[in-house]
Amino acid sequence: MVPKLSISALSKTFGEGSRAVKALDGVDLAIGENEFLSLVGTSGCGKSTLLSIVAGLESHDSGQVLVDGAPVEGPGLDRGVVFQSYTLFPWLTAMGNVEFALKAAGMKGKEATDIARQHLALVGLDGFENAYPRELSGGMKQRVAIARALSYRPKMLLMDEPFGALDALTRHHMQELLTRIWERHRLTVLFITHDVEEAVYMSDRVAVMSNRPGRIKEAIDIDLERPRHYDMVATPRFQQLHRAVLDSIRAESIAVAQLGAALA
Amino acid sequence: MQVQKKPNSLFRLTATITRGQFVGISIIVFALLLAAWWIATATGEVKAIFLPGPPQVVARLWGLAQSGQLWQDASISIWRITVGFLISTVFALPIGVLIGCYKSWEAIVEPVVDFIRYMPVVAFVPLTILWTGTGDTQKYLIIWIGTFFQQVLLIMDNVKGVPWDFINLGRTLEMRESKILMRIVVPSAMPGIWDSLRISLGWAWTWLVVAELVAATSGMGYRITTAQRFFQTDLIIGYILLLGCFGLATDQAMKAIGRRMFRYIGAR
Repeated sequence: MVPKLSISALSKTFGEGSRAVKALDGVDLAIGENEFLSLVGTSGCGKSTLLSIVAGLESHDSGQVLVDGAPVEGPGLDRGVVFQSYTLFPWLTAMGNVEFALKAAGMKGKEATDIARQHLALVGLDGFENAYPRELSGGMKQRVAIARALSYRPKMLLMDEPFGALDALTRHHMQELLTRIWERHRLTVLFITHDVEEAVYMSDRVAVMSNRPGRIKEAIDIDLERPRHYDMVATPRFQQLHRAVLDSIRAESIAVAQLGAALA
Repeated sequence: MQVQKKPNSLFRLTATITRGQFVGISIIVFALLLAAWWIATATGEVKAIFLPGPPQVVARLWGLAQSGQLWQDASISIWRITVGFLISTVFALPIGVLIGCYKSWEAIVEPVVDFIRYMPVVAFVPLTILWTGTGDTQKYLIIWIGTFFQQVLLIMDNVKGVPWDFINLGRTLEMRESKILMRIVVPSAMPGIWDSLRISLGWAWTWLVVAELVAATSGMGYRITTAQRFFQTDLIIGYILLLGCFGLATDQAMKAIGRRMFRYIGAR
């Protein structure tokens, strides 16, 4: 089977000469159709850069990114992006923000309005259609952004630490909400996070990224049953998987610390 | 347990005050300044030829208003600043937006504008008279030189403040560059641009009067120059105060319009 997203030998360097920083070095990763894959790693490991390249917002030096077997050449409507900063336009209402995307995707008046309303309801924001972003909490803003990204039916969703700026309680709500939506509607998702529990709870597979230059260190299958619910967090299997991912990341941080000590 | 005493809200960082309190304080400050002026002149501490008292100034303005002179002077100046400021803004808007968006445009325009911006506008007055005579065109030109270059840089900064992710979002929606510019960048920068225009309008008033002081046969600046010849200090003071009022009025008007247009960002 051809994977939905296939990344091979991907490398990226920022800057030139002595200031050059190798962000990615030979990243190999494949995500299957309707798979939910989380990418975890220490901050600065290049996971956001990887997402930007897949989104087509950033160029790469070598290697390949294929969506449905076709190389990525710039951004496109087949890949919906949810940014960590909510990126809602302050001059548009919640409805207006979703409609903006639908109209950009070529949809017309009434149809766009209907679909926007449906998607706001999907993320539990019915009744807030006419609210401006400043009147919404962080979690609500991100729900609008998710509704917007889902509304024009991209082939996959790219999420760059979407819940990173939210408080712990809201984050849990959002994780459950996204999991519920995903389990009902199924979609290929590349989800970037540094929250290991979040990654294990939501994903089919968790890929751990090594430190700079980033590459995929290992991918751990999350064989927890679906539908997921929050009680699972306390189960031994969850704890085991959580531990496995954490150990894998920690090995990286220890390596960094030792390198730092050796240099000092 | 004793409840801790709250610090006085007027003197607490970031504390807000009511609209009534704000207006009240502003009025008190104006009243105090007026009282100081009145006392200084009424006691004879300051001679009337240097600084006439409020009644004298008001009487002079009243007289000019009765004869129609005041309105004639003011309307000419208001017309000039309207035209001059509009011309300047019409040029500054597209150029400021372009150099805020495109590095190549910035390279072409920004260094030149930055250079000209530091040239003293006043020094251009004799040149502009040579170029265009002493008519209205020269007034527009001085206002343009004084405001356009500042506006361009302010607007550039406003545009640069648009979050990159807004533009990235437009790209992921496969919007054309021109559409991203018009539908995302411009609306996003608009509240800031409006503020910049409001600030530059204040400068435009200064340059108008400068131009009228040096070479004009009409307008408020001209009236001030002629008053100087006859030691009509009361007229000079009166017109200066009036110019201050016009400035304050246009500023408040633009603020009010801005609050209406950009209601979505909330009161600041």
